[in-house]
Amino acid sequence: MMRFRQYFAIAFVVLLARGGIAAEQPLPQSIILASTTSVENSGLLAHILPAFTRETGITVHVLAQGTGQALETATRDDADLVLVHDPEAEQKFITAGDGIDRHQIAWNDFIVVGPRSDPAHISGTHDAVAALTAIASTKAPFVSRGDKSGTDALEHRLWRLAGIDPVAAGGGSWYRDIGGGMGAALNTAQAMNAYTISDRGTWLSFGNKGDLAVLVEGDPRLVNRYDVILLNPAKHPVPKQALAKRFAQWLLSPEGQAAIGAYKVDGEQLFHPSATAPR
Amino acid sequence: MVSLSATAIAAVVGLPCGAGLAICRFPGRRALILLANACLGLPPVVVGLGLYLILSRSGPLGGLALLFTPGAMVIAQALLATPIVTALTHRAVEEPWQDYGGALRVDGASRLRSIGMLLAIARRSVVTAVLAGFGRTISEVGAVLIVGGNIAGYTRIMTTAIVLKTSEGDLGLALGLGCILIGISVAVSACAFVLWERR
Repeated sequence: MMRFRQYFAIAFVVLLARGGIAAEQPLPQSIILASTTSVENSGLLAHILPAFTRETGITVHVLAQGTGQALETATRDDADLVLVHDPEAEQKFITAGDGIDRHQIAWNDFIVVGPRSDPAHISGTHDAVAALTAIASTKAPFVSRGDKSGTDALEHRLWRLAGIDPVAAGGGSWYRDIGGGMGAALNTAQAMNAYTISDRGTWLSFGNKGDLAVLVEGDPRLVNRYDVILLNPAKHPVPKQALAKRFAQWLLSPEGQAAIGAYKVDGEQLFHPSATAPR
Repeated sequence: MVSLSATAIAAVVGLPCGAGLAICRFPGRRALILLANACLGLPPVVVGLGLYLILSRSGPLGGLALLFTPGAMVIAQALLATPIVTALTHRAVEEPWQDYGGALRVDGASRLRSIGMLLAIARRSVVTAVLAGFGRTISEVGAVLIVGGNIAGYTRIMTTAIVLKTSEGDLGLALGLGCILIGISVAVSACAFVLWERR
């Protein structure tokens, strides 16, 4: 009986001590970056952040969320800065007084991907709106993110330009709103032989392409710009504004820009530094 | 590590609570038992969301700066595992209390001492209770994803890494991690089982 009790006590003390270590506060020099799944899942941040941390000693904790969720996280004071890609939502964020100092740090483009059999015959065109119109009229399966992310916002802008309300035009039959991240959408499209819209970064680093291929690219409306935005001290406590600012400045510096441009997957550049951005 | 800490907390809270509920008579006891049993099916994402709102810097406990830290994850998992440990311990101790309760009282054992003795008598079921709590914490992903944020090298744990790798289309690695996770879970349970079954 005694031995049993002792084991009991020792086991708990050990476990609790470890729990205490695990529950420690973050390192003093760390900031939380609320960002999009595309920059995190593509591996870009994992590629460039070590250089910044080496140079400044600041650790950047990345939350990979959709643009809508990232902005919401920042609005609730739970992040120190945001790196997102939805110009309209960003403008609202700034107009509402939550964000300041928006700067474009990189860009690439969106693409329409789909099955090689291409039932809507959109392959090779450079008109994203016409492609979506063709998909809707043939009622070919289409996967929508449906998560208020930057990609989701772009998709809905294109539907508006096409003058089609995809939900009304067929609901769940061919238009499938999955409410998930880019990777989940690509996995779903691959499994259902469906079309979807992806950012190029996630697409290039995605490992489960199956029968999917890039069908439409090169439409100027498919430009995808990534902006860094600081929190407005007039509305938020911003205890780490100086560190956040330092990170934003580093992203815009020649070193940061070079690091972004140097990131490649299978020899292909995923993000272009903002200096070369189309205006 | 997060799961072990959370399980330890759940055990520290849940074991005495469960045993106490079995042997003490006080107003509201039945309500507490009902609560513990009702919370067996507590949805992790809802716990995560609630905790997120509480720990958010603009929430009531925002000053603790716990959101997106391993600490928040431990709290979330402990909240999920404690009802399981409590309810199962209550069930396990109820019967020995009916059998030995009279004897313990005759011996003049205090309530606290009785709890210790009963937990020892019912130890096999108690181990199962703790392992059930551990099973909940190690397999859980919804709550820790929300309050932990899945930050690489900081709050990324096995389950959230599997979600991430799946979304990156890296299904092989996701499956590999899944196998490791199952291995860990089975190993811990087997160790506990062997260790306690021998006695």
